[in-house]
Amino acid sequence: MTDTYTQLVSQGLGRDVAKRLGLPQPVVLRRHQPGAPLVTGPVLVSGDSAGANDLATTMLGWGLDVRRNALPKEKLGAIVLVLDTVQHPEDLSKPVLTAGASLRDLSPNGRVITISRTSQSARNPASAAARQGIDGLLRSLAKELRAGATANGILLDEHLDEHLATTSPSALGALRFFLSGRSAYVDGQFLTVRSTSGSLPIDADRPLAGKVAVVTGAARGIGAAIARTLHRDGAKVVAVDIPAAGDHLAAVANEVRGTALQLDISRDDAGHRIIEHAVERHGRLDIVVHNAGITRDRLLANMDEGRWQSVIAVNIAAQLRINEALLASEHFKDSPRIVSVASTTGIAGNRGQTNYGASKGGVIGMVRSTAALMEPFGGTINAVAPGFIETEMTAKMPFAIREAARRLNSLKQGGQPQDVAEAIAFLASDASGGISGEVLRVCGQQLVGA
Amino acid sequence: MAAADVTTDGSLEPATNPRAARSAVIVGGNRIPFARTGGAYVKSSNQDMLTAAMEGLIARFGLQDERIGEVAAGAVLKHSRDFNLTREAVLGSALSPETPAYDLQQACATGLETVLGLSNKIKLGQIDSGIAGGVDSASDAPIAVSEGLREILLDLNRAKTTVQKLKIIGRIRPKDLAPDAPNTGEPRTGLSMGEHQALTTAQWKISREAQDELAYNSHRNLAAAYERGFFDDLITPYRGLNRDSNLRADTTLKKLSTLKPVFGKNLGSEATMTAGNSTPLTDGASTVLLATAEWADSHGLPKLATVLDGEAAAVDFVHGKDGLLMAPVFAVPRLLARHGLTFEDIDFFEIHEAFAGTVLSTLAAWEDEEFGRTRLGLDGALGKVDRAKLNVNGSSLAAGHPFAATGGRIVASLAKILHEKGTVDGRPARGLISVCAAGGQGVVAILEAA
Repeated sequence: MTDTYTQLVSQGLGRDVAKRLGLPQPVVLRRHQPGAPLVTGPVLVSGDSAGANDLATTMLGWGLDVRRNALPKEKLGAIVLVLDTVQHPEDLSKPVLTAGASLRDLSPNGRVITISRTSQSARNPASAAARQGIDGLLRSLAKELRAGATANGILLDEHLDEHLATTSPSALGALRFFLSGRSAYVDGQFLTVRSTSGSLPIDADRPLAGKVAVVTGAARGIGAAIARTLHRDGAKVVAVDIPAAGDHLAAVANEVRGTALQLDISRDDAGHRIIEHAVERHGRLDIVVHNAGITRDRLLANMDEGRWQSVIAVNIAAQLRINEALLASEHFKDSPRIVSVASTTGIAGNRGQTNYGASKGGVIGMVRSTAALMEPFGGTINAVAPGFIETEMTAKMPFAIREAARRLNSLKQGGQPQDVAEAIAFLASDASGGISGEVLRVCGQQLVGA
Repeated sequence: MAAADVTTDGSLEPATNPRAARSAVIVGGNRIPFARTGGAYVKSSNQDMLTAAMEGLIARFGLQDERIGEVAAGAVLKHSRDFNLTREAVLGSALSPETPAYDLQQACATGLETVLGLSNKIKLGQIDSGIAGGVDSASDAPIAVSEGLREILLDLNRAKTTVQKLKIIGRIRPKDLAPDAPNTGEPRTGLSMGEHQALTTAQWKISREAQDELAYNSHRNLAAAYERGFFDDLITPYRGLNRDSNLRADTTLKKLSTLKPVFGKNLGSEATMTAGNSTPLTDGASTVLLATAEWADSHGLPKLATVLDGEAAAVDFVHGKDGLLMAPVFAVPRLLARHGLTFEDIDFFEIHEAFAGTVLSTLAAWEDEEFGRTRLGLDGALGKVDRAKLNVNGSSLAAGHPFAATGGRIVASLAKILHEKGTVDGRPARGLISVCAAGGQGVVAILEAA
């Protein structure tokens, strides 16, 4: 549920009062519902490269109302800024300023999406400067947008050719994700597309049809939302959690018409048990979501071995061990997906969470390193790093700290478990085949940290 | 064992009957932890608990929306409004509402009898799948009005005029208002079950030490089973309880030896039965999923064991010929003889621990040459049960005994250890279940590893 303050100030008298007092004005975000349109209005495709032309044609094919030039006073659902051919920072001014002139026409919960190339693969300093400039530009722009609108970028690897719309399903998949309500709480972020692998779904509402997905820590909170979202998208879900959480787990498994597997993932044979259950019960295994995690917070000066060890054991060592079993299994070779839940703590750090930060930073390192091992059989592995998410866990934080944590992001509100789940569902889909080793933050562009 | 009257072990399955080829397979089970009366489930009704146990089973095996052939369960302490207890639990579960159900009641043998009944239907080809179960709450036990008040209220219901009604109401006396709570007393003797067992315990000269040792082993074995995760796929937590609340993992023989006797204090001989070597009143529920091998295979479900056969017996305890809980002593040799088996052919013995004295009296009767000759019609003693094969994962003294739920607990646990054991000397591992029941009854069964 949206928090009370957001409900209060997103309409009527509350909105007027908040505006006059200069209070934060979060709005109720547009979140995906099956059958919902990708965007809320016309899409302006800005840029004059071959890639921009291809993209405009492709989006017309999706049934979107595409504009190549803005019409005066027309409200826009999204602005797609194609910058894939910039060679010098000076090349940015014309397309960026043109797009900027249309920002006032962007609807609430609108989208700005840049498409450019990775700076690491640039051939000369000027090109690298132009490309990296887009990073700073996009992150700043995201902070300027209001009313639930977000700005995110797609980075294309050098070897992807200019006709990205026809040759890179994952660029299109990422574009659809960013345009849709699935990315409601993703803001100021980039996704890098490294290959032409992957394919767009036949049925956009059931992109995971026929897939078997394992979700650890599925009994409640974010894990339960992941199970629900993967089920909604068509997957058969194996819900895993510790035996002590079995009653909540059973309720989730029954709700999503899946199976419950009571299993401590830190057991040595956890990977084997997961594979065996998925294959015996459901015939295959396509997706593993490493969501289970624990916190045992203490300042490092007061940290005991038990608190440190248990967090490392559950949050990262278990994932490494399960991945070893997955990589060794003949049942995990058909373009499989691993998605790990990291945390912004693993990126920016958090006081009192050295153990948790180490484990979640570890997840990011693991994901980057494992990507190459998944590649030979078309597999991908990615991480999603949630920021402040409204769960039973964060509901227990002291009021003032919770309220601060909730507002210190560009969207001025906490995210919902569903927001994390949507990002995971995208990275678990066939459409993300060209995206691997990435960390996608679902944090509303948290102001603190990276 | 001498079983002269047995000629062949195949006589029960004539090859001319194609139905006989079907076997009843135990797929698995689920129960909620058993809670001492007045504990965690004090506010839970039989229907709540049976539904919870069923929901865990459905989640474990992915049975949502499945039309099960038939569900059979029961409760010993049951309010008349719960006449359709099992069907109501089905309707409150994720099973297809088109799943039929019936209630069954055979005192403490209820649970085992539901397993045998459904197994028989499966073997006969009447159904392909079934869920057997049982539940009991001594906390939420029904309380009836006194016989006197009941007659008055029925008369009142039949009265037509106000004058008639007032006259009838005037018949109520204070003594009529005392509620009639259920108890474990035998209607024909007025003795409680404990006092009945005390007679048997004394008759077979079972020592206090032997009873305490059996109780100690029950706790030790159950605790060890929990420790190694044996119950991870047999139990789903309920109302904050993860383990049977009666389990005392840290109990010692010394501690047990300090408890004061509670039964048999006026028999002249030493009173040996304490709260430690008798089962406490308990709340809980259990379920077992049964099916044909084909049904299990087509649903991708495991086959743990098969239900070979069962046998019921009853004794004349009213005239003191045999002890109230001694019926299994007669049922077991009959069942073994039907299959040409001896104790040597049994790898696990599950003898329900109503009281430690019950188990030990039963074993003593089977080891007694005179009893074997005169009462069982054998050449000598039936045989000696290897204590290392007895209740290896604990039994009712440690787990507790919610009357109708005990059968399901035993069947699911035994099926799992049989499956783990696999084969013994080239034949499937075999387990014997023996459950005594009020009214001088007993039901026993043999399971084989699948």
